[in-house]
Amino acid sequence: MTLLSLTPEEWQAVRLSLKVASVAMIASLPVALAVAWLLARRDFWGKSLVNGIVHLPLVMPPVVTGYLLLLSFGTKGPVGAFLAQFGIVFAFRWTGAALACAVMGFPLMVRAIRLSIEAVDMRLEAASATLGASAVWVFLTITLPLTLPGIIAGMILCFAKAMGEFGATITFVSNIPGETQTLPTAIYTLTQVPGGDAGALKLTAISIAISLGALMVSEFLARRAGARIAA
Amino acid sequence: MSLTVDVRHRLGSLDLAAAFDSEGGITAVFGASGCGKTTLVNVIAGLIRPDHARITVGGTVLTDTTQGIELAPHRRRIGYVFQEARLFPHLTVEGNLAYGEWFTPRAERYAAKPQILDLLGIAPLLKRRPRDLSGGEKQRVAIGRALLASPRLLLMDEPLASLDQARKAEILPYIERLRDEVRIPIVYVSHSVAEVMRLASDVAVLAAGRLAAFGPAAEIAQRLDLIPDEERDEGGAIIDMAVAAHDEAFGLTRLSSSAGDIFVPGRIGPAGTPARVRIRARDVMLALEEPVKISALNILRGTVAEMSPAGPSSVNVRLDCGGAAVVARITRHSATALCLAPGTPAYAVVKAVSVSGPDAEAR
Repeated sequence: MTLLSLTPEEWQAVRLSLKVASVAMIASLPVALAVAWLLARRDFWGKSLVNGIVHLPLVMPPVVTGYLLLLSFGTKGPVGAFLAQFGIVFAFRWTGAALACAVMGFPLMVRAIRLSIEAVDMRLEAASATLGASAVWVFLTITLPLTLPGIIAGMILCFAKAMGEFGATITFVSNIPGETQTLPTAIYTLTQVPGGDAGALKLTAISIAISLGALMVSEFLARRAGARIAA
Repeated sequence: MSLTVDVRHRLGSLDLAAAFDSEGGITAVFGASGCGKTTLVNVIAGLIRPDHARITVGGTVLTDTTQGIELAPHRRRIGYVFQEARLFPHLTVEGNLAYGEWFTPRAERYAAKPQILDLLGIAPLLKRRPRDLSGGEKQRVAIGRALLASPRLLLMDEPLASLDQARKAEILPYIERLRDEVRIPIVYVSHSVAEVMRLASDVAVLAAGRLAAFGPAAEIAQRLDLIPDEERDEGGAIIDMAVAAHDEAFGLTRLSSSAGDIFVPGRIGPAGTPARVRIRARDVMLALEEPVKISALNILRGTVAEMSPAGPSSVNVRLDCGGAAVVARITRHSATALCLAPGTPAYAVVKAVSVSGPDAEAR
């Protein structure tokens, strides 16, 4: 039972991680959908540039991403200073952790959704248009339902990435217990103090359980969605 | 409702230029693959933006590039039946059927669901998913889905091409009923002489993007030169006839027209039922005197109207039989031996079993 008896601080890290990852996942979704659709279905000037920027967090060192976030969204950064006028603050807040996780998970989500949109038979979309559906209705009634397995996969990938995000988070919002200390940063902290091994092991086990659970849920949902739309 | 089409469009190596009018019924767009048939219907549907075009249905302008009018596909209210049914895999048959209906403004809905389900025989399929349907069933549901959107015009692009012979035979009668019971014009794309000549009221022949001929089906049918090589043996005259009587003992139906009587196997319907027959040119024998003691049941009297070469050793001979045309493909040798020339009286001999009639109820 010692494995399940967490200290309040450890519980806090678990709860915060779940909150940060969920918010990052849900907040990314509409933007990721729009960007994925644009990249999959539209040709426009600067498309490869947009594609590159979207994928940048995937290839840059997370610390660099975190530092860039700090420069722009920090209290003295241009975006951060502007948003602070409306009371929106990211620096050293859990919202900042969510932002960092969202940015890091974004390319994974866009990629999964984009591939899935590209796999939707455009002839079905044309058929839908001849039946009277405008572009928005075609997207809502044909493209979106047929993309559902990809959307689920993208959401889970983003969630898992957010659960494990370390470098960008710690650089941008530091490691404040109760505010920005997520599972990975909590584990890191515990490994740095004498006698913290037991706590680190417990959080590691929880981390594995959450990741495995998320994966299984996504498999189940994607399979159900896939079975519905199999031609 | 009338349909006018005038399209000029360049797409890759295809240079499409075609114009025709239709006063309803089925207008077949006929030609070899790659001649621009599908491009033409996609322009009509608004799925391809043409270089120059004017398309009107029942007085409504759908496209007029000179006036800058190009209605979006979803505003055209054109039913489109694709070669591959294109049913939505995430919806049931019922959902697919309701889809087009749902987008049609209430005031413009004329399609009566029970009748359409009955016409196409798809009522038992409603709860099924597209993946559980046979090819023929899919295509019938696709036709129903297009009709339930209450279209002004129905486009059918090779709706039978992906089906085997048995499935084709299953769907053709439904399309015939459609033609006879639905009042909207139908544009039917096909490369099959058999389908076109069985269904069409008018035929537009496309060759390499150009309109090679346009006219009533019976007129186009006589022009064997318009038929692509791969369908060459299918060419022949069509005659619109009516059921005169049914011979119960021998299981034959006698059809009559100005050309004379023709026997076909099976029962087609009560006396007076219209029936179109197609007589392939290669199935017709010519005789100068009325043959006697011969097994062929159909002997039509006429005069040679036209002779045209058909390859190195054959000629096509068009016989005028009381106003209707019958075309015979015979060897040049026979034509010379019989001294055939325009004006020569002759008899066309056709076996009853080689006449393609409407599907008999029991053959």
